[in-house]
Amino acid sequence: MASVEVLATPPAAPPVAAAAPPLTLLKRLQRPRVCIALLLLMWLPLTASVMFGGYLGDAFKTWVLLPAIPATILLYVVAVASWRESPIAIIGVSLVFFWLIAAVTVPFLPLVDPNKPIAPFTGVGIEKNGHLFLLGADFKGRDMLSRVLWGCQRVLVWGVTATLVAYVVGSMLGLMAGYLAKWWDQVISFIANVLLSFPVMVLFILILNYLGASGFNIVIAVTFASAPAIMRIVRGLTLDTKTRDYIFAAQTRGEHPLRIMIYELLPNARGPIIVDACLRLGYTTVAITTLTFLGLGLQPPDPDWGLMIKEAAKVAMLWKFSYMLLIPALSVSSLILGFNLMADGLREMSLRD
Amino acid sequence: MLKLIGNRLLQMLLIMAVVSLVIFAIFDSDKFKRQIAVAELGGFAVSALSDQDYEAWLDRKGLNVPFYDRYIKWVAGVVTGDFGRSFEKAEPVSRLLGDRLINTGILAFWVFALMIPISLTLGIIAGMREGAVQDRAVSFVAVLTTSLPEIATAIVLTVIFALGLQWVPANSAMVNGWDWRQLALPVMTLVLYDCGYVTRMTRASMAEVMTSQYIRTAVLKGLPHRRVILRHALRNALIAPFTIIALQLNWILSGVVVVEVFFQYSGFGKLLLDAALFGDVYVIQAATLVAVFVAVISQIISDVGYTFLNPRIRFS
Repeated sequence: MASVEVLATPPAAPPVAAAAPPLTLLKRLQRPRVCIALLLLMWLPLTASVMFGGYLGDAFKTWVLLPAIPATILLYVVAVASWRESPIAIIGVSLVFFWLIAAVTVPFLPLVDPNKPIAPFTGVGIEKNGHLFLLGADFKGRDMLSRVLWGCQRVLVWGVTATLVAYVVGSMLGLMAGYLAKWWDQVISFIANVLLSFPVMVLFILILNYLGASGFNIVIAVTFASAPAIMRIVRGLTLDTKTRDYIFAAQTRGEHPLRIMIYELLPNARGPIIVDACLRLGYTTVAITTLTFLGLGLQPPDPDWGLMIKEAAKVAMLWKFSYMLLIPALSVSSLILGFNLMADGLREMSLRD
Repeated sequence: MLKLIGNRLLQMLLIMAVVSLVIFAIFDSDKFKRQIAVAELGGFAVSALSDQDYEAWLDRKGLNVPFYDRYIKWVAGVVTGDFGRSFEKAEPVSRLLGDRLINTGILAFWVFALMIPISLTLGIIAGMREGAVQDRAVSFVAVLTTSLPEIATAIVLTVIFALGLQWVPANSAMVNGWDWRQLALPVMTLVLYDCGYVTRMTRASMAEVMTSQYIRTAVLKGLPHRRVILRHALRNALIAPFTIIALQLNWILSGVVVVEVFFQYSGFGKLLLDAALFGDVYVIQAATLVAVFVAVISQIISDVGYTFLNPRIRFS
């Protein structure tokens, strides 16, 4: 998502000698470098907390998220300010940031431990055993509100990481296939064709069954499933741009092919990639939730939306307990709707330019 | 044209050969053999088993020969129509898979039978006048339904129609024989998700055609609006949706896994997941080959259909 802000940021006002108005704080924040710094400040603590929190202890897991809170709020303000011309994008961004803010603030909120059983099968808004269940309790008596909010951490971190890795691998392969051509293209395209001739879910099941179910293996599986499609997009864009004069100029200067690929070709593929990335974030979130539901994804006992659905599907098939299924289902839908609306808004804005 | 199809089919055979060899190699590891043993004999029995007895068990199952030997034997069997036997269900794979494929086929038939008319109609109505009220309404609903993952749609529909209104059963396992009412929720789930996507594509295609010169000419000639849409616009606007619909066949095989597992419908997707969790290699092999076959065939249908329908491509 790093370059989303970069793309949408209007160019800084040209410095007009004396009458230059002082840059407002918002304008300063909209600079690409500041945005990237904020993104890192939000993302790195979150990833560290979710992926490595188990090795580093509870105190670290909690306090490392502290700097991420202001960064996330500032990023939301910047995103709304930059995209205010598209109401669709704003709705999308608000949905996504609702969950992002929940993910970074959840250790500091007055919630009970999501894994602590208190009062099984307590309905929505009922007080029992000295605790008010705003969203009810699940079949083991764990607080649903706490579980939903904690669950978004894992879905967000693993979803974004998987998409990011798939993008790095996919665009690198696409650049190689498009720019180096010859047998590179043959080999890479054949492998991509093999992978693309699988229905996605079949591929996921085969890979995860072989590697075993865990977050890191989901990243690998998503990379295998998504990278071929990304590679095709990037390859097409590369074939298109590589005949431009500035590429010949770079070749004449004797630049290394790797440098040409990353500095000359990649930035030109930016626009379509960003829109596709937003859509693909949605797909990956669906994939993670679905795989966890099928028993091939993230493992219990820590809360996770797919896991909540999986556990509730066995016990909650009654109207009275349907909140156990509806709450995680609606949460994941709202996040995906956010990503999709963001992609729609971005596409609309890029067409307008 | 025939050469193109032939090439694609040859490529498919090559892909199938590569994939099946890889699957055999993957499921040859000790971990999976032990997993099958545990599933069949029970965990305690396996840990109490002496190495010799374990070897004897492997021998009886035909698992102690190297995977390439088994692969060659399997390929010879596949050519004569024998896909091996399932470890889990102790049944020939061809019969097991055949039954399940028929069930999934019925599901897929109803999905397509409902999805195609609904999404084409909605897409055309929306695309006829871009930006009008009906366009905005249809587009909004389409974005909403594509944003709901199948699992969420399945849950919402179950809660409303099975748990709340109690019109249809929540479970589609068909324990007491075939029951059409149990098919309603799985079909509705898949249709809802799929409709959104196809509608959006039809709308885009229709909207593009409506801005073209020849439609403007037809309108300016004074033809009635009905005639412009039905005789002039539709022919071109339906080419792109056709290819999309053919590709949905591939997608259905993915979507069907979740829906079948959630509703306990015994079809292809559930079979594949169960086999994968069990380590039932012959079933996985056959199911994967079917999946790849359907995926590639749907791609070929989509490509060939597109060339066939679009004269600009056919003659150039």
